[in-house]
Amino acid sequence: MAIDDVINDGLGGISHNVITGRLEDLVNWSRSRSSWPATFGLACCAIEMMASGAAHYDIARFGMEVFRASPRQADIMIVAGRVSQKMAPVLRQVYDQMMEPKWVISMGVCASSGGMFNNYAIVQGVDQIVPVDVYAPGCPPTPETLIHAIETLHTKIEQGEILRRREQNGGGAHIHVEEIPAGSVPVLLGRQADV
Amino acid sequence: MSDTPDETIEESSEVAEVPEPEMFGCPMTDSRGQLVLHVDRDRYLDVAKQLADEGYAMCVDLTAVDYSEYMERALPSSVTAERFEVVANLLDITHRRRIRLRVQVPEGDAKIATLFDLHPGTEAMEREVFDMFGIEFDGHPDPSRILMPEDWNGYPLRKDFQVGTIPVQFKGAAS
Amino acid sequence: MTLISDEGAQELRPRSELTASELLREVASVLRLSEAEAAKLGDLPEDPDEDQTMVINMGPSHPSTHGVLRLMLELQGETVLRCKPIIGYLHTGMEKTGEQLTFMQGGTNVTRMDYASPLNNELVFSMATEKLLGIDGDIPERAQWMRMLLSELNRMSSHLLFMATNGMDLGAVSMMIYGWREREEVLRFFQKVTGLRMNHNFVRPGGLAADLPPGWRDDVLRILDMLPERLEEYDTLMTGQPIWRERLQGVGVITPSEALALGATGPILRSTGVEWDLRRHDPYLRYDEVEFDLIVGSYGDAFDRYAIRLNEIRESMRIVRQILDLMPEGDYRIQDKKVTPPPRARIDESMEALIHHFKIFTEGFKVPEGEVYVAIESPRGEIGCYIASDGSPTPYRMHVRAPSFVNIQCLPHMMRGGLVADAVAVISSVDPVLGEVDR
Repeated sequence: MAIDDVINDGLGGISHNVITGRLEDLVNWSRSRSSWPATFGLACCAIEMMASGAAHYDIARFGMEVFRASPRQADIMIVAGRVSQKMAPVLRQVYDQMMEPKWVISMGVCASSGGMFNNYAIVQGVDQIVPVDVYAPGCPPTPETLIHAIETLHTKIEQGEILRRREQNGGGAHIHVEEIPAGSVPVLLGRQADV
Repeated sequence: MSDTPDETIEESSEVAEVPEPEMFGCPMTDSRGQLVLHVDRDRYLDVAKQLADEGYAMCVDLTAVDYSEYMERALPSSVTAERFEVVANLLDITHRRRIRLRVQVPEGDAKIATLFDLHPGTEAMEREVFDMFGIEFDGHPDPSRILMPEDWNGYPLRKDFQVGTIPVQFKGAAS
Repeated sequence: MTLISDEGAQELRPRSELTASELLREVASVLRLSEAEAAKLGDLPEDPDEDQTMVINMGPSHPSTHGVLRLMLELQGETVLRCKPIIGYLHTGMEKTGEQLTFMQGGTNVTRMDYASPLNNELVFSMATEKLLGIDGDIPERAQWMRMLLSELNRMSSHLLFMATNGMDLGAVSMMIYGWREREEVLRFFQKVTGLRMNHNFVRPGGLAADLPPGWRDDVLRILDMLPERLEEYDTLMTGQPIWRERLQGVGVITPSEALALGATGPILRSTGVEWDLRRHDPYLRYDEVEFDLIVGSYGDAFDRYAIRLNEIRESMRIVRQILDLMPEGDYRIQDKKVTPPPRARIDESMEALIHHFKIFTEGFKVPEGEVYVAIESPRGEIGCYIASDGSPTPYRMHVRAPSFVNIQCLPHMMRGGLVADAVAVISSVDPVLGEVDR
């Protein structure tokens, strides 16, 4: 009994029952476990982003099922698709409306670098507008790749180093993840196809 | 694609007989089995109206081409090639046939009458042509840009508008 | 969200800034009417009291605008007086990029337009190129039937996506999970055939990129066996439910003459009772050899459009079953030296084959001069491709007539006089894909 320990041994009895740690770790842990994405679907990638939220891929497993329509309630902005010159100011505004701390995933090659649309209409890389933390490659990235990107970001959030860096120089973490091809074996609700 | 098969055969046999076939006084050609009517700019609205009375009640598509780098294209002898060409695809859903209008629009006076009163569905398409080519539509109720930002300079689909390609540098790639 | 709007003349201007004639002109242009007709509407108060109406902005970052559609609505209480869609937030310059890419590469470009039905985009581009080349009559039978198979499966996946988003927009959130569940199975088949879940670039000028993989028939049959009972579930979940019907019936009504005048095609036109489907009335591929019914509505409301899409999934399944029976053996692409690269095995043994292969993939094949417009029926309506060629390996001009771009013009008509809560139902029932609207 904790109270008996305290009564008998004074404060020396506490150490058996209490884990000490930094408050920052706890905060970072809870931040990474309940990061809510803002719906910022732009093009093809938005469809894959929605697929990640649906039954097959189910990013609710990572505490991310609540896609918030309002940027003020969101922590992670997933820029899903090509950003046009007309959309760029809007994107920046949505980013500015998000509450700190906030992170950005650039989903797909169009958002990351302009992709195949190297022309007058498309911003060649969303990192010109907002600081990007993770780049997910692919056109569009498979839901597996997006989940990989999200998981990578979660690890970094837990370490807290992104926010420290942003305080120093305002930049994102610029982490590049590998693309993971999607599985092609049909999974018909519970039963694996005999292929 | 454009017509039902029997009508296509009928039209193309006409093309073979008459040296320069006409419709409403406008030269008519056949492009891969599709009817093309080369309309004079002044008669554009008039011809579209007559075609609408004939049953071509739907304007499915309206676009333009900047032919500044390809002025030697094949045209009927009575048509002078100009820099711009406005192309309208009309559809007749009762007789299941299509016709295409090609109108020459000179560079110095890039203006053409609007089809809005006849086919209201061309509103967005004409705005797109204005946005992309700078061709003005006389009488259009809302002559503003549609796809590009309002303060954009230049007309992207003109041939003298650069693509805007930014050279890509590959950094740290495995060699 | 509040957005500082800055698109100038593209936006809906508040009443206080307009004179009566300017207002009339704006109403006429937004509703696509002549000014005389707009004046007859009479639902605009003569001396509008500025306090009674407000202009609100919806989008471009809004969860139920299917991407980046932006609507400006003028409301009087809960009633929508005027509405103006503002587009271009996803303008990608694809028509300009299309002029830089060869006909061989063009598929990668067009497939990213309508990302809900990419295979139909590739199909129409390939068909236009083939028509210019003059080989449209020589495409092998198997290629034609494979194209039909993929096109119909794509129609199913696109309509399943509509079921999911339509349900989600109207608050039937579980429907989103169900719609995706079924769509995923179709996507897995696409992944097996084309290697990608979306943006396949599989239909190429001259045929297809590869043959169907072994075991494809079983995979398709598995999808076909699974879907009917799932569609029954949709019926239970939505079609018969009073809430669902109340939300959709009589909402966003459009008449046949309006739809025709606005150039609307696809489920929107069919919902008004006009029978018009290019698969039936202007058959391409081998649609004249299969049996299917046209689904036609009668009221032109959002419920009709929902029901049409639901039943078109069933008709597509019927077509796919017939394709399974009728699929011929043979080549999956045309064996024309001009457009077909030599097979891999030939490259190792023949110098000419190597040069030929190299030329096709670096320079591309030359396409004769001329211009064509080819149209097919995509899940959203008539998708057309206009290509002008100057005889070089790249199109001189490549234009895509996007069904969503034209269909979106119906929004102001459908919303006028309705409730602001129904605006979401109306947008959803038009099912626009913004990648295609803005290109």
